[in-house]
Amino acid sequence: MIALIDYGMGNLGSVSNALRFIGCEHEITSDGATLDAADAAILPGVGAFGDCMENLREYGLVDPICEFIASDRPFLGICLGLQLLFTEGEEMGVHKGLGVIPGRVIRFTHDLKIPQIGWNQIEKRQDCPQLEGVPDGSWFYFVHSYHVVPEDESVVATVTDYGYEFCSAIRRGNLFATQFHPEKSSDCGLQVLRNFMGMVDGA
Amino acid sequence: MLAKRIIPCLDVKDGRVVKGVNYVNFRDAGDPVEQAAWYNEQGADELTFLDITASLEHRDTVLDIVRRTAEQVFIPFTVGGGIRTIEDIRDTLKAGADKVSIMTAAVRNPEIITEGAERFGSQCIVVAIDAKRVVGDETNLGPAPDEKIEWRVHTHGGTEPTEVDALEYAARAEELGAGELLVTSIDADGTKEGYDVELLRRISENAGIPVIASGGAGTVDHLYQAIDYGKADAVLAASIFHFRELTIEHCKRELAERGVTVRL
Repeated sequence: MIALIDYGMGNLGSVSNALRFIGCEHEITSDGATLDAADAAILPGVGAFGDCMENLREYGLVDPICEFIASDRPFLGICLGLQLLFTEGEEMGVHKGLGVIPGRVIRFTHDLKIPQIGWNQIEKRQDCPQLEGVPDGSWFYFVHSYHVVPEDESVVATVTDYGYEFCSAIRRGNLFATQFHPEKSSDCGLQVLRNFMGMVDGA
Repeated sequence: MLAKRIIPCLDVKDGRVVKGVNYVNFRDAGDPVEQAAWYNEQGADELTFLDITASLEHRDTVLDIVRRTAEQVFIPFTVGGGIRTIEDIRDTLKAGADKVSIMTAAVRNPEIITEGAERFGSQCIVVAIDAKRVVGDETNLGPAPDEKIEWRVHTHGGTEPTEVDALEYAARAEELGAGELLVTSIDADGTKEGYDVELLRRISENAGIPVIASGGAGTVDHLYQAIDYGKADAVLAASIFHFRELTIEHCKRELAERGVTVRL
């Protein structure tokens, strides 16, 4: 079973729609025990970093998510679901994140328009099964004002250029998370979701 | 690099597309989902549904369109027209729209921008500005950097004038929390003679958020001028795409040849 984590933030609906469209069965859940029993999990997220962490705490999901990731079952973070994995974020004051990936989440430091809204390209920095069939230079849809800065460069899966090059996806084993929105990125995005589904036995 | 976006706009009424692609191969040309899927295949970067349903009672028909489109089409889409309250915003986003565009309500009650942005995030609040020239030459909408021009905001689909200055309103909307500005020139709309690029440029140069150009597209050069001189981040068009005078792919190829970054 693939758990789609609901913690009261963001548009779970569009991720759920995309999964249904590709024939990927999933269960929307806010329950730590259900997550614990899942074969794979997706953490979506739209909103402010601090609010999202607050909600994860209220729902009692911080430990279950960290334990889930530690077990190296397939995990997909999307947008804020990428940023929350980091040590801390600086959106509206410094907030602690889940701390699964050492590093920080910072605001774009250039003078281009913020948020970055629209389609941008990825350049792969490692060969990941999560990006199979998605060539270098593929376009994905982004909406964000902050981006992640991992301490350990080896977790960088893709980079994207907006004013400067930033990390647009990370991967460590079966943990994969994207700044872009696969559920809004047409065929390339659906391919990412299919790859994820393919990593799960019986999905 | 971030691509400049091309956004087709579909007019819907009582749950049906009333201004959209005329294409004999559609099973049902009035079906918004079929039209949305077609535009996705054509390479549209986003879609906009403009709900022109007059009566409030039919609000749920647009929500039904939103719901069905969100189940089938996986590019961002915006819903505009008739969004008056925070509840309207919530319902539309909940049904699956990525953004709402607000016009009349935001002029009358600008707090809806702030409240919408705080509750749902700036990224989903598009403030639509329908602007008409009141000072300056309204027959020549091309570059005129030194001309004294003033634009006033109009509401109710561009039919009701207000005293609000369009440039000031654009800056205010951003301060209040808008995520994007959809700028339509009433003088240019429907002419197919080009966008009001001076309006676009004067708003874009002061804006820290993306500006979407609307009204007047007739050729690829018009799209180019809106992006190049007008500094627009995205271009919205309706009839040139619906009647397939131009395909989105053709526009993108030509824009790319002229040095514009587009998603191909």
